[in-house]
Amino acid sequence: MVLSGNDKTNVKGIFAKIGGHADDYGAETLERMFVTYPQTKTYFPHFDMAKGSAQIKAHGKKVAAALVEAVNHIDDIAGALSKLSDLHAQKLRVDPVNFKLLGQCFLVVVATHNPAALTPEVHASLDKFLCAVGSVLTAKYR
Amino acid sequence: MVHWSAEEKQLIASVWGKVSVEECGAEALARLLIVYPWTQRFFSNFGNLSSPTAIVGNPKVRAHGKKVLTSFGEAVKNLDNIKGTFSKLSELHCEKLHVDPENFRLLGDILIIVLASHFGREFTPACQFAWQKLVGVVAHALARKYH
Repeated sequence: MVLSGNDKTNVKGIFAKIGGHADDYGAETLERMFVTYPQTKTYFPHFDMAKGSAQIKAHGKKVAAALVEAVNHIDDIAGALSKLSDLHAQKLRVDPVNFKLLGQCFLVVVATHNPAALTPEVHASLDKFLCAVGSVLTAKYR
Repeated sequence: MVHWSAEEKQLIASVWGKVSVEECGAEALARLLIVYPWTQRFFSNFGNLSSPTAIVGNPKVRAHGKKVLTSFGEAVKNLDNIKGTFSKLSELHCEKLHVDPENFRLLGDILIIVLASHFGREFTPACQFAWQKLVGVVAHALARKYH
């Protein structure tokens, strides 16, 4: 699955709209993921899961930064996220199924805040982008 | 039998009460065909599906989307017997329509995005939980009679 020129334009466009809210989107994505898919909490047994938790905010910021980094290097996501890919393969070992769950929640956050911007075409491109990120992060698992 | 808390039932009913089945159904099906284009394989007789614009404007897509979401409404009305409600439809999707059950999950996820875009902040995490649970139960019920 390859990102077309249109896909890249659409993804860059939606992230430009998200702008400085990326950190908040990251935190909200995690919050929704932990509530909607409770099994994802198993990777964060040490986290305070209360609403507004500082740990969720901080981690959401990290996740958002990684997505922004991928967008800024959209022609070479594998290169941009290579270290993160190593980390997930060697240390974190988050089961691949969970990246889809995170992606779904990120899409929901974008949809709730920017319904007009998430046209079907942008939705398709963003979904593809999130799949690509997930693929890169699990690429070295075995 | 699936257990629904009072809160989950309330969240499901309150969202459903404000849903335009025709609009959301059409939008959900169109987005399914656009975001996951391989799903178009089931609709070769729908005419022009050559672009997102064509898909969104396609009257057969709109009509079928409405039909699908209307049927989904039966689950909302029969939360305590979703399995029974979709038993015949499950057989139909297996024996006549030959639809891979994975497609029910894909459509469910798309429906969540459509609801999120319509309801914004009102589509809280708790709301998303209840609805993801519902679409999952519906998908499971539709796959149940496969053989």
